[in-house]
Amino acid sequence: MSNAPVASNRLTPEQYQQNFADIKPALSHYQAKVEAARCLYCESAPCISACPTEINIPSFISRIATDNIQGAAETILESNILGGSCARVCPTEVLCEQACVRHHSEECKAVAIGSLQRFAIDNSTLHPHPFSREATSGKSVAVVGSGPAGLACAHRLARHGHNVTIIESHSKPGGLNEYGIAAYKLVNDFAQREIDFITEIGGIDWSYETSLGQTVTLDQLRSEFDAVFLGIGLQGHRRLNISGEDSKHIQYAVDEIAHIRQSKQLSELKVGNRIIVIGGGNTAIDIACQMRRLGATDVTIAYRRSTKQMSATPHEQAFARQNGVRILEWSQPVAAEATPEGVCIQFQKTATDEQGGLKATSESFSLKADMVYVAIGQYFLTDCFANSQHPPDTSHGRITVTPDNHTSLPDVWAGGDCVNKGEDLTVHAVQHGKIAAESIHRFLTAPEQNNSQTD
Amino acid sequence: MADLSTSFLGIHSPNPFWLASAPPTDKAFNVYRAFEAGWGGAVWKTLGEDPPPVNACSRYSVHRDIQGKVLGINNIELITDRPLAVNLEEIRQTKKDWPDRALLVSLMVPCEESSWKSILTQVEDTGCDGVELNFGCPHGMPERGMGAAVGQVPDYIEMVTGWCKQHTHVPVIVKLTPNITDILMPAQAAMNAGADAVSLINTLSSISGIDLDTLSPYHAIDGQYTSGGYCGPAVKPIALNMVGQIARNPATATLPISAIGGISDWHDAAEFIALGAGTVQVCTAAMLNGFKIIGDMTDGLSRWMDSKGYRTIDEFRGKAVPKLTDWKYLNLNYKTVAHIDQNTCIHCGRCFAACEDTAHQAVSMTPLPDNLHQTQYTIIDEECVGCNLCQITCPIPDCITMTEIDTGNSAINWTQHPANPFREQ
Repeated sequence: MSNAPVASNRLTPEQYQQNFADIKPALSHYQAKVEAARCLYCESAPCISACPTEINIPSFISRIATDNIQGAAETILESNILGGSCARVCPTEVLCEQACVRHHSEECKAVAIGSLQRFAIDNSTLHPHPFSREATSGKSVAVVGSGPAGLACAHRLARHGHNVTIIESHSKPGGLNEYGIAAYKLVNDFAQREIDFITEIGGIDWSYETSLGQTVTLDQLRSEFDAVFLGIGLQGHRRLNISGEDSKHIQYAVDEIAHIRQSKQLSELKVGNRIIVIGGGNTAIDIACQMRRLGATDVTIAYRRSTKQMSATPHEQAFARQNGVRILEWSQPVAAEATPEGVCIQFQKTATDEQGGLKATSESFSLKADMVYVAIGQYFLTDCFANSQHPPDTSHGRITVTPDNHTSLPDVWAGGDCVNKGEDLTVHAVQHGKIAAESIHRFLTAPEQNNSQTD
Repeated sequence: MADLSTSFLGIHSPNPFWLASAPPTDKAFNVYRAFEAGWGGAVWKTLGEDPPPVNACSRYSVHRDIQGKVLGINNIELITDRPLAVNLEEIRQTKKDWPDRALLVSLMVPCEESSWKSILTQVEDTGCDGVELNFGCPHGMPERGMGAAVGQVPDYIEMVTGWCKQHTHVPVIVKLTPNITDILMPAQAAMNAGADAVSLINTLSSISGIDLDTLSPYHAIDGQYTSGGYCGPAVKPIALNMVGQIARNPATATLPISAIGGISDWHDAAEFIALGAGTVQVCTAAMLNGFKIIGDMTDGLSRWMDSKGYRTIDEFRGKAVPKLTDWKYLNLNYKTVAHIDQNTCIHCGRCFAACEDTAHQAVSMTPLPDNLHQTQYTIIDEECVGCNLCQITCPIPDCITMTEIDTGNSAINWTQHPANPFREQ
């Protein structure tokens, strides 16, 4: 193992393979049956209401228990067409499995709902496509962005018989599922295979390398299509706002995560030996763990509050520690200085004041690193609407939407991270896309809409 | 420690656990292993006339619950397929080597007095402690006029039992089939002929399941199948009932009973003894776990007896019999209502589903104010008929309890009830 500051080939081929294999191995048929039999088939099941996409969990598990795997898979996909990736990336320990009554019984062990969901999807036959399109409506919808929100919306619209064009700025579809998830969570190109499955319903066209605000404007889309869905995510990276931040040794975690996901040869990635990650969310955990798994020997997450306040779940934090990642609480970066090999970050220790706010203490320390990754959040960039005459309301920082994910514009809906719903999981994005598609469908099939078309 | 030793029809055994006549008792090899493990006795697998029958290859199939636990086994094995002389010699040697264990021999020959006389003479000569007449086997042998073909006709039971009592000096136990409508009729027939005891139940006629890929049953024999005999934990309630009916019926109450049917652990054994059984016979539990379970059975039974202050088996035998009665004598003013302990409730709502959909709409469902995903379930006392269904569906032990309510009304049964037009005045 190399101790050079930044180097490739830190590990053996076997180590790379092992470190980036599926972190949560699939259940065998026997394991799935045993686990499925633990489900109590609750009335008014709390897991269903804890699932943002309201999958009928007891029903799909009962189908697994009775060897009806295909029925289980279709029950899942009916509510969540991205059920396969959600089974892999959902923090189930704070969603369905948190609510599971088995979690609250003396055995204190929830039914492994996520693993069972993955089992059902992985062991069913999804070709030919299990859902069919209604008669073509003649309506067309532009879906901007092919992340989980856009894909869920596109599929639901296509089922209703509408023609969908997905506008994607990259040359490859998938959004955060393709660029934003740690590599060991979605192995074997699962995200792309899932997209192939979703688009198999038909009625979905693609326009790649088409960027909203650059290649095409919202006004253009609104004139060309009967409705528009925006699932454009967050493009702005929060900065540390400290001196020396522009060092090439300080980068944004999301860029590096995307870089790792798109890497064809992990051994060729140049990886630092001493790494500092600034932030307290799952992105911080993802980059820190991946750096350890790429061979970095010393990885520290520095967070300005306590671990209890981290948005990364306790489960994710424990995973980081298992990966040998050190978590420093109450540590706020205040300056960065270049060193011959990398960068030295000055930290100030913090504490809470009487009002519960954050205050600096007199204590400070510094840490050297070969690479620093900033994971303190992203924000919505309104640049994509700059050349539109009628942008949607973004006065609250993100696109304002109703419970139906309808924007302030009559023919524009939005979902996923770009909306102000305060929900940031993949499974939330799927639900936004689904809700929006139903609302768009009602809009497109309402009598007044048809009248206005004939005027 | 409690004394588990048993004397049944004068046959002594160190504990009441006998291996039933079945595959585990087909050879000296198995019976020696059982006695080494601690079994109190064994009933040798049924002997018949030479030439011995030929057994089919695929002979057991299973009925499991959804978690894979065996509920019962279906079998189509016939009586012993070894020559009579071989069995007799092994029985003789086994009794000689294990004098403190009960060793009985199960028999099945055609319904002719000479056949029974002949085999009884030979078997008695081995020194065995008694014989058990196999009138219960429901598969294969009835096609040849034996087994359940005898046990289903009380007159035949009485006739054959009478021959046996006449031609042997050792105790005669009549093994009854449950594949009849009223167990008292064959029991009474055996008693009339002087049987020393009855043993029950033999297996229930069964088909364990159909393989939905082949549309044949599991373990078909060259594509075909036949009814077998069902045994194991699932048949225990049926066996308990039949034992209890014989024990409480005045005409048969004095008839000693060796109980058989799904006895899997010491609880089961204690229950059958409480219903009047003198010994218990086990097969399926040994076939599924090996003979070593006898250690857990005797240990559990004697510790339970210690905890209850029973020094001998006889001190609790039959204690549950007087409480068994006809429906018409049950107190219709007895009232219980369910109570859900909110501290242990896990909010699964199984009680609600059961009561709302299939019973008396006596469980209320209200959202919990402090938890978005949970619902509170409580009993509506006025609607609850005390049926126990909610308690049965509840996965948490002691979460739902049935509480006795004092209605202030004195006990009244159906024979006295005003709603009964034929009540006794």
